[in-house]
Amino acid sequence: MGATVNSNDEHALLDGGPGPLGATYGKMMMWFFIVSDALTFSGFLAAYGFSRFKYIENWPLADEVFTHFPFLHGVSAPMYYVALMTFILIFSSVTMVLAVDAGHQLKKSKVAFYMFLTIIGGGIFLGSQAWEWKNFIKGEYGAVETVGGSILQFVDKDGKRVALHEFAKVLPGEREQLTRDKGFWFTEESSLPTYTVAEVIEGFKAHPDVLIRTEQIVKKEKVTLTREESLKRIEGTKYVVEGASLIRNEYGHKLFADFFFFITGFHGFHVFTGVLLNVIVFFNVILGTYEKRRSYEMVEKVGLYWHFVDLVWVFVFTFFYLV
Amino acid sequence: MAHTHESNTKRIWYVFGILSVITTVEVALGIIKPEALFMNNFLSMSLLNWIFIILTVVKAYYIVWAFMHLEGETKGLRWSIVAPLVFLILYLCFILLVEGDYVYEVYKTGQIKWNF
Repeated sequence: MGATVNSNDEHALLDGGPGPLGATYGKMMMWFFIVSDALTFSGFLAAYGFSRFKYIENWPLADEVFTHFPFLHGVSAPMYYVALMTFILIFSSVTMVLAVDAGHQLKKSKVAFYMFLTIIGGGIFLGSQAWEWKNFIKGEYGAVETVGGSILQFVDKDGKRVALHEFAKVLPGEREQLTRDKGFWFTEESSLPTYTVAEVIEGFKAHPDVLIRTEQIVKKEKVTLTREESLKRIEGTKYVVEGASLIRNEYGHKLFADFFFFITGFHGFHVFTGVLLNVIVFFNVILGTYEKRRSYEMVEKVGLYWHFVDLVWVFVFTFFYLV
Repeated sequence: MAHTHESNTKRIWYVFGILSVITTVEVALGIIKPEALFMNNFLSMSLLNWIFIILTVVKAYYIVWAFMHLEGETKGLRWSIVAPLVFLILYLCFILLVEGDYVYEVYKTGQIKWNF
């Protein structure tokens, strides 16, 4: 645009007017917003790296945590699902850049079509993430937490994970959840796990082939205790943990779930915002706003944001699931 | 830039191909975990992790250069975006990761037994 636009042209001013470095002010603002947002995400991921290096010997192994795939119940499919999510996001990035490309040629219906595909892709990604969160929160095997705060998981003799319901013994007696209306108004507790600590301990004693697996990693694998050590260790149990919350999770270190919720949540929030911006621009394209302006630079600007969201996911994918 | 703009669709699909191939390679390596790469370290990180990180940076390069079209911007704008990011991110990682490793060493060899 640059030199061809005169300052009285109000359409050009809507794009921020011609600025320095051969870009409009609008585009530069988007770029420098992205720079600062990229630093925010770097801060999160670097903080994740800090905690991981700090607890390098007992951090959860990601490919044991994310093993679900839709319609494949009970099949361990590590990474496939996140790989699929990555492809969805990359593909929606492609349709976005095709929309920008069509915008350069002022082809309105083509821009609208590709914007529409981009929005659909973003929607599918958000849905996938919701499903991923659901599985993460619900958990699969369950675990117990000791007085010292470490998580103990259960395996059989071959090292295969054993779920709590496979061995826990149901004891008579009921334990009621403490809610505000039953005790003091300021005392309450979150929902109770399926089994009490006593039920897990009794069940564990009754099943001689169940062993305890600790959080500790030696030679890239979690350490499994012998039966004698396991029996000793189970005595220190304080909580039964099923799934994940911000307080504790069955996968291992507490910070793992916190970072998971925070980083993928913040990224998901960006995706949601991106979809919202795309919808607004999509309607503007259909209404012919940019056709009248003879410039589709708004598509380019939301495009930059959308690619940025994809870029962040590429890093989250690497540092949360692969490394 | 309303004046004639030739279509870039060929390059877009080419870049999409590259990104897909890299992602597939990453996932395959993540599932197979070749012994030689997984167990050998370079600068206290396994070779496999180094490969993942390098491939990720390659992907980031293609997204930023081709999709965000930084390759078409002026040199000044390119540098004012990339230089601060590269410098600050490397700096941040250096400080935090070294510190994290230091705390780990304190736990392991010092007398502190519990969280702070």
